[in-house]
Amino acid sequence: MPGFTGMRQNSATVAVLSGKGGTGKTLVSVNLAAAAEKAAYVDCDVEEPNGHLFFQPEIRNEEVVSLKIPVIDESRCTGRRACVDFCRFNALAFIKGKPFVFPSVCHSCGGCALVCPSGAIRETGKPVGVVRRGISGGVTVHTGALNPGEASGVPLIRRLLRQSEQEPLPLRIIDCPPGSACAVMESIQDADYCLIVTEPTIYGAHNLAMVHELVTLFQKPYGVVLNKCSDGDNRSEEYCLKHGVPVIGRIAFSPQLGMLASEGKIAARESAEYAGLFRDLLNTVIGEVRNEETSASQR
Amino acid sequence: MKIAIPVNEQSMDSEVCPSFGRTPYFLLYNSVTKESSYLNNEAAASQGGAGIRAAQAIADQGVKSLITPRCGEHAVEVLNKAEGLIYRAVPGTARENIEVHLKNQLSLLEEFHAGFHGHAAK
Repeated sequence: MPGFTGMRQNSATVAVLSGKGGTGKTLVSVNLAAAAEKAAYVDCDVEEPNGHLFFQPEIRNEEVVSLKIPVIDESRCTGRRACVDFCRFNALAFIKGKPFVFPSVCHSCGGCALVCPSGAIRETGKPVGVVRRGISGGVTVHTGALNPGEASGVPLIRRLLRQSEQEPLPLRIIDCPPGSACAVMESIQDADYCLIVTEPTIYGAHNLAMVHELVTLFQKPYGVVLNKCSDGDNRSEEYCLKHGVPVIGRIAFSPQLGMLASEGKIAARESAEYAGLFRDLLNTVIGEVRNEETSASQR
Repeated sequence: MKIAIPVNEQSMDSEVCPSFGRTPYFLLYNSVTKESSYLNNEAAASQGGAGIRAAQAIADQGVKSLITPRCGEHAVEVLNKAEGLIYRAVPGTARENIEVHLKNQLSLLEEFHAGFHGHAAK
């Protein structure tokens, strides 16, 4: 059962993603978590975390996340260049008898320290950001913030996923970063189900195709929410029809919803109409996850 | 004095390659012996850090002057440590660039980019 290993009983992890930014990932994630009443909300968009603006969580824990970066003791280096030859990321160079490290290129694999024949390399921690855990009603909010200038949010995402896994809650909603690159792949790894949020535009449909390819590659069960629906053309809906992509929800374009979001309010907590809409969507998603579990256990 | 130029083909009459780190070859030219040779750029296939590896390779060849249209910050750091100088390539072939350089008419490259990290340069 790929993707289901280590899953807790009666608990589901749903990743919410989209190719482009601004389709409504955070809107859907925050409102699904709020509609569930008891859930973990995990904001993996560590470059621009904004879920916490809606939940305004009371922070309970904060932790600095560090990366391991090699430090070279030049007095012990014998100039064999094993580290330089080993590093597939080319994070080390050796000039005029001295090795040196490019920390921003390093992927913290630790290989250089292992292969050094003279034990001249040790690893030290370099802070790259913080992760926080807070409470907002029945929702536990996990959020991370990458330090400005850092190249990759993946270490923070890993920490967020690990710490949120510990919560004894029936549902975990993962608010993914935009795009379809490394940070998104990391964010959907634990997901039992991927919920793709898209909008009617050509750009929305183009990026929907990219994440559709990604979730297919990862063999994740998935469904689409069409956001900002209006009477005009819907390129994303056309894409779904053409490629047999299941549409499991629709959210109509609404100035009221936009206004609530721009005020940092959670629609499902403010309006009975939206509480109903997101509860329905949540039930559909949970139904999809349960179906998958059943069919996976029968395989 | 050894000179290196990123080139698209193994020829003195090749155009200068617009990429330093991912050029297919480097022309190595010895201005004293007037001999030229070509170095396969193994960094071209790197997932990342191509500039660092390419700079390491030409520094290992004892190159003291690099003629290139552009260069990333990391490669500059490697070449600076190797006491190499980086000159801005002029439009034309590798041969023309060497001729201009030997008349001391190339200017030093002064703007370095922060890297394209796998994304093609525009």
